[in-house]
Amino acid sequence: MKDLLYLSVNYIRHHRVKLLVLTLAITLVSWLPIAIQSIVDQTARQLSQRAERTPLVIGAPGSPLELSLGSLYFKTKTPEVLPYAEVAAVRATGYARAIPLYYRFRVQDYPLVGTSPDYFDYRGLRLSSGRHAALLGEAVIGAQVARDMQLTVGDHVISSPESVFDLAGVYPLKMPVVGILAPGFSPDDEAVFVDIKTAWVIQGLGHGHQDLNRKEALGQILKREGDNIIANASVRQFNEITPDNLDSFHFHGDNADNPISAIIPVPADKKSAALLLGHYLEERSNVQIVRSQRVIGELLDTLFTVRDYIVVGIAIVALATATVALLVFYLSLRLRKGERFTLARIGASRWQIQALMATEVIFVLLLSAVLSAILIALTRQYGMALLQQLLMT
Amino acid sequence: MALVLEGVHFAYGERGFALSVPQLEIRPGESVALVGPSGSGKTTLLHLIAGILTPDRGRIALGDNDLTALGGRARRGHRLSRMGMIFQSFELLDYLDVRDNILLQARLAPGVAISSELERQASTVAGELGLADKWRRPITALSQGERQRVAACRALLLDPDLVLADEPTGNLDPANKQAVLDQLIQLCKRHQRILLTVTHDHSLLPSFDRVVDMASLLTAEVAAA
Repeated sequence: MKDLLYLSVNYIRHHRVKLLVLTLAITLVSWLPIAIQSIVDQTARQLSQRAERTPLVIGAPGSPLELSLGSLYFKTKTPEVLPYAEVAAVRATGYARAIPLYYRFRVQDYPLVGTSPDYFDYRGLRLSSGRHAALLGEAVIGAQVARDMQLTVGDHVISSPESVFDLAGVYPLKMPVVGILAPGFSPDDEAVFVDIKTAWVIQGLGHGHQDLNRKEALGQILKREGDNIIANASVRQFNEITPDNLDSFHFHGDNADNPISAIIPVPADKKSAALLLGHYLEERSNVQIVRSQRVIGELLDTLFTVRDYIVVGIAIVALATATVALLVFYLSLRLRKGERFTLARIGASRWQIQALMATEVIFVLLLSAVLSAILIALTRQYGMALLQQLLMT
Repeated sequence: MALVLEGVHFAYGERGFALSVPQLEIRPGESVALVGPSGSGKTTLLHLIAGILTPDRGRIALGDNDLTALGGRARRGHRLSRMGMIFQSFELLDYLDVRDNILLQARLAPGVAISSELERQASTVAGELGLADKWRRPITALSQGERQRVAACRALLLDPDLVLADEPTGNLDPANKQAVLDQLIQLCKRHQRILLTVTHDHSLLPSFDRVVDMASLLTAEVAAA
């Protein structure tokens, strides 16, 4: 047996390129369907887990899917808005607490989410370092953001301008990082959280500038109308909120009119949830309430259908590869006819010859199986994260 | 250890080619050339002696061993350990180097372990046939003459009683042909081995102790007896 193994190893070494190509082909077609299945299942699990934990979402009328993806995963770039007054309206029903979300802005590729401190309790988010945002302009970042941007507490993040050419538009705001969330393997890992008012400051609804009541500002004042002061363009606006200029920040108009993207209602129990749902389905037409589980379920059905199509496609490729592999083995056996003949004439038994011939097939299939198993294990462990990385770059 | 054939008859099916050898004896150390036209049964006779084919009747014996009385497995074992075979097309494995091709038969033979002693023996045989510096070369890097020497080494390694060679010089150039054959005959004679060679090349016949013509095997051998 040892000698047969020795001869087989020599054969394999001599034909390593051919066998390696064949092995890789078989490995890929056996790994791909399982990998796709695994990634889709993981995605589905992640999506549905988040939806299960957030069964209801309130937003402006429009696409329920857009609203669910935005409020649960911050995956929308142009969210519809509703007035902040709706938060109070939810609370006024007495059925639920209300957590506002405003996810219009970004820090580089990461969503910037304006919310209330309740959000962190609701999601069970813990800090790995630092503290929660206590002042206007402070940011708490997700674990993935911290890792990718190599940020620690004390560093700064800058909100991304929406358009470089829009001079009257949203200006970047420099925000100190005061806390980093522990990894939760959820979309929160990839988000930058600020207070809802900070998000409004980014939008320009609130701002801070030099004190126009001071003597030095006299030259900048164009007109005084009661409490209103109209100044010229030389007045310095702050693009960073610091303890020194914090007091100068203020909002014009009523905050209740300011925009938010969605509200997460947190009912006390199932009955309250049902009543809230009924309230919004029957009585309110300027906002919509969405059962996110149902919406995500419909999305997953589509995902599963796509997966099935892909798997069928790969199964056909696998069949073709198996046929090619069979052909390669058959041709190889034919090429080794002379070798079989030689061995038989020298005196090798039929068993010895068959064992030698079979080694090639066994080696390829065994190595493919091992490689597939390793790839499947790696896919299950890191596939999702890798895919997300690839999609982000 | 003499090779004796008595009343051997073999036929490929009922209407196929048939071969009858009433009597043939080859003494130890004797080199015999088997000649005759194509299709006269030279290779068939070699295969009968080797045990690759089984005669319909008659007796083939190597010393005290009646090969025709052995079963398939025993015949194979006997062929591996007591016989060496050399073929016209060398029949070497291209994925093995010189050393491993020489040791191939030993690896397949029952009860033979690849010991350092055996490797030394293989190296000695290779040296005797002028392959000492080619020991770890791939087969594909050798000339035709060198390849046939490797095949000869493989056949001689286990010190066989009988060496069967089917056109061993058929693929060699004239200079190599005589050299390889002379070395083979010399080595067999030195170790009292029987060398039975099928050849079409009449220029080589003087090198052999005896020439057996297939066409007249029946009458000639009967007359000799």
